[in-house]
Amino acid sequence: MQFPESWLRNLVNPALDTAQLAHVVTMAGLEVEALTPVAPPFSNVVVAEILSAEKHPDADRLRVCQVDVGEASPVTIVCGAPNAAAGLKVPCARPGAILPGIEIKVARVRGVESYGMLCSTRELGLEGAADGLMVLPGDAPVGEDFRGWLHLDDTLVTLKLTPNRADCLSMQGLAREVGALTGAEVRLPQVQAVDTRIQDTVPLRVSASEACPLYLGRVVRGIDAQAPTPRWMAERLERSGIRPLLAPVDVTNYVLLELGQPMHAFALSRLHGGIEVRMAREGECLELLNGQTAELALDMLVIADASGPVALAGIMGGLPTSVERATVDIFLEAAFFAPAAIAGRARRLGLSTDSSHRFERGVDFGATRRAMERATELLIGICGGQAGPVTEAVATLPQRPPITLRLARLKRVAGVELDAEQVARDLTALGAHVERRDDHLVVTPPSFRFDLAIEEDLIEEAVRLFGYDNIPARPPAAPSRMLPQDETVLADDALRQMLVGLDYQEVITYSFVDPAWETALDANARPLPLANPIASQLSAMRTTLWGGLIETLRHNLNRQLERVRIFELGRVYTSPAEQPVKLGGLAYGDVLPEQWGVSSRRVDFFDLKGDLERLVGHPLDTQRGTHPALHPGQSAEVRVDGRAIGWMGMLHPRLVQTFDLPAAPMLFELDSRALALRDVPRHASLSRFPQVRRDLAFVLDAHTPAGELLAALREAAPGSVQAIEVFDDYRGKGMQESQKSLAIRVVMQDTERTLTDRDVEDAVQKLVNAALRQCNAGLRT
Amino acid sequence: MRNPNEIVAEALAAIHGCLDPPTLEQVKAAYLGKSGPLTELLKSLGAMPADERKTAGARINEAKQAVETALKERREALQQAELDRQLAAETLDVTLPGRGLARSGVHPVSRTLARIQALFRSIGFEVATGPEIETDFYNFTALNIPEDHPARAMHDTFYLQSGELLRTHTSPVQVRYMQTHQPPLRIIAPGRVYRCDSDVTHTPMFHQVEGLWVDESVSFAGLKGVLADFMRNFFERDDLPVRFRPSFFPFTEPSAEMDIGCVMCGGEGCRVCSHTGWLEVLGCGMVHPNVFGHVGIDAERFVGFAFGLGVERLAMLRYGVDDLRLFFENDLRFLKQFN
Repeated sequence: MQFPESWLRNLVNPALDTAQLAHVVTMAGLEVEALTPVAPPFSNVVVAEILSAEKHPDADRLRVCQVDVGEASPVTIVCGAPNAAAGLKVPCARPGAILPGIEIKVARVRGVESYGMLCSTRELGLEGAADGLMVLPGDAPVGEDFRGWLHLDDTLVTLKLTPNRADCLSMQGLAREVGALTGAEVRLPQVQAVDTRIQDTVPLRVSASEACPLYLGRVVRGIDAQAPTPRWMAERLERSGIRPLLAPVDVTNYVLLELGQPMHAFALSRLHGGIEVRMAREGECLELLNGQTAELALDMLVIADASGPVALAGIMGGLPTSVERATVDIFLEAAFFAPAAIAGRARRLGLSTDSSHRFERGVDFGATRRAMERATELLIGICGGQAGPVTEAVATLPQRPPITLRLARLKRVAGVELDAEQVARDLTALGAHVERRDDHLVVTPPSFRFDLAIEEDLIEEAVRLFGYDNIPARPPAAPSRMLPQDETVLADDALRQMLVGLDYQEVITYSFVDPAWETALDANARPLPLANPIASQLSAMRTTLWGGLIETLRHNLNRQLERVRIFELGRVYTSPAEQPVKLGGLAYGDVLPEQWGVSSRRVDFFDLKGDLERLVGHPLDTQRGTHPALHPGQSAEVRVDGRAIGWMGMLHPRLVQTFDLPAAPMLFELDSRALALRDVPRHASLSRFPQVRRDLAFVLDAHTPAGELLAALREAAPGSVQAIEVFDDYRGKGMQESQKSLAIRVVMQDTERTLTDRDVEDAVQKLVNAALRQCNAGLRT
Repeated sequence: MRNPNEIVAEALAAIHGCLDPPTLEQVKAAYLGKSGPLTELLKSLGAMPADERKTAGARINEAKQAVETALKERREALQQAELDRQLAAETLDVTLPGRGLARSGVHPVSRTLARIQALFRSIGFEVATGPEIETDFYNFTALNIPEDHPARAMHDTFYLQSGELLRTHTSPVQVRYMQTHQPPLRIIAPGRVYRCDSDVTHTPMFHQVEGLWVDESVSFAGLKGVLADFMRNFFERDDLPVRFRPSFFPFTEPSAEMDIGCVMCGGEGCRVCSHTGWLEVLGCGMVHPNVFGHVGIDAERFVGFAFGLGVERLAMLRYGVDDLRLFFENDLRFLKQFN
């Protein structure tokens, strides 16, 4: 909300300068967003009249003007503006004037002495067309100080009002608030009831009385709609951000700004029969003032005549019944529409009007008649005409039941004791009726406060006027109880730090992605679509982290990076009920950054697997499987305790093309919850006896997974076997093509005694037998 | 008999001429070995008369010792020289860079979140989380924002085609938590939130930390105390000015906006603080009784305060990031600045 400071000061004028006033208002919750001077500083500019404008003897484009500046004799001024002409009234900077950027002096222009400068808007730093001199109205008083005459020593105040403070959406409301905050006297506009000269009325019926508990209408006949809007009113409208249009409309807008009551003026001759306030009916449309045709919903309140809706109640009038230049008779409306009946409707139609903004938040139903009288008085004052009686339809208006404010409760919530007398005075200053009792106040809020209904509302007002800054900052006392520390779950931050240690950089990508990524990664993906995405490439909820990771890879490859290792810890969204947190990662390029003394090698499946094993803290159970996004020969399902927790592998070569990548990245995505599970460590006694190592080379079918052999060996191993590990996978020379050799290291140790050769041989035999039986693997000879 | 001194002189010359341990051992064998001249001399002692034998014996032993000492010294000198050679040969250019993996780090938002969480945990706040696809009830209704309330317009909500919405704040977590836990409660709820807004100062996704403290002893003064303490510790500035301005949130009353003195210009006024000297950093207030009503907490017995702060905003101020959008472009050159 924007308004000129001068208007406010006209109603309440505390002894504070602009900045101080802005601070007081801001600290009371009415945030001043901006203070903008109406005009930049300049001095010594007067209203002048050009008496004559002759061509300069020595310059084609210059004119030598005789200018009346309100002194005994005219002054000579050389002017280059094309529109300089006799009879024009223009601003004139006198010698000694300081304008934005220039100082005016008596100067000789091509041989002619010039005593000042005739100004354009731009030279004064004002808004408006800059071509040529600023032309002033014919009634501008010659010789008068230009700033003073146009009231340019004024500041535009922009307030950011919270939705609860509808009462401050008017100058009257703001004045009342400033009065309560500063103690300054408030002078609200005096409004007299206008004498009724005619008896004309429009029949009125309110069918939707819950949505419209109060409706006032009045006929005014014989107006001159083209009468000029007085300068003071036009100026206040403009400085409040409303463009003056036509006097009757300007009057209703002025009352809206001044008293906060949205009003509407209908052209009486365009209304057919009586007025009915009702809900819209099936299929009804209305051409609005802005030219838009609104299709009305059943929950929209309308003003209708015999022919159908003529206005969207509380939001915008209709074009066919609007006041025009030729309008002579009008029907004025001032009503109270219930916030619930207006809220949201304008937004649904893509509208936001000064009127709907106020009605949605609550308009003072106690001042509707005052607004009607004010508007009538202003209208007749400007446009003439004769007013008829006010027709009124009243149903049940909102109640303002008294609220109890317990002083003890106030103290408890505030954390400090507030003086009861002061609280009572403050609430009274806000317009409430306050009765002081022993340990509480009984407060009846005024009709213009829609935000005061319960005790907390009053506590807020009491604390607000006391000043939030006057409440001490005191951390609450609480019993010192320790927070639980679950040792079986690795915290997210610890997981992140482990990945960082493995040289993966964390990234955060958007939760909504391009649905094309999703279907590229999995043709069967059905990502949840957004109803109102911000862009098509951000229109579906991701079901995998890979899309964002691959996009991040592309982004960085385009910035000449060649090695990218990234991870993201975040949710994917398979359904509204299922939004699991996943850990996704991508490794691309060389295993190590390019460095001296190390030959480069591209990161592969086993580098990735090793990283994940370091992450989970034990060997990873990986099973070959097919995932649509991964290379079928270099992908695996990852399991923990036999349960699948995700996938790892190389991006499918087809997708390398789809995503236009120079090479395939390695990817993983795992369920973070399963990944974070940890056992609490349990100590087992250490053996004091020597350990024995035996290396066994098995020959087996090249397609038999090493994991199968290891599982068979581990199952068959007696208790003395401490470890069974693969240390070589050999194929090629000396082997049949369909075979491979796996070298297995077996470490044995007993906790009770030294193992005998016999023990070792027995154990090895058991392993060899199991390998042969289960994997058809014989010892290499 | 040969003069032992001559032999010693000869031996010393030979010893000094040795350039490596094997040659030295040969010299040793030559002079002290079984057929060496000094051994020969000793053998010849038996043929001497008894009175001469004693002195001659002593001279031979002296000579032997002199040779042995010289051998030992030479051996040590050669070893030292050998070691020096080895050390010289093994000398590295220690200014070459170290080898191995590169350095990575957590995202600046995670870093900031971790910092916020650590500070609140230090005074007993637990971390709670909740879903990001939310229902209208948890995101709005339970937070005292009924349908068509003008406050909903402030939120620019993303909706799914199936009717759910993306949470516009992490406040729904406080509702979910209060439904399942009894006071006293002290939680923070960090996480992603969404608003359909995208320009220089808005991204459609960002992070919030919601805080909630419900107890019998909580008050507005307590709210001020905790948040002022937090801001001063977060920015590590004991003298950081803070102020609280009345504001409006449907789920708190009284409500406040918290400002801190501009950490960029020290309150002098700059572009970041729009020349006001103040930065708006969070919204907060006392939990509205209607919110307690929705979760069945006795609003007479318990008082609560809640706050919500923007993580990116704090990260920008703490680390001097001047463009919000950098956080989600994931340019590694940007991210690695926080390692």
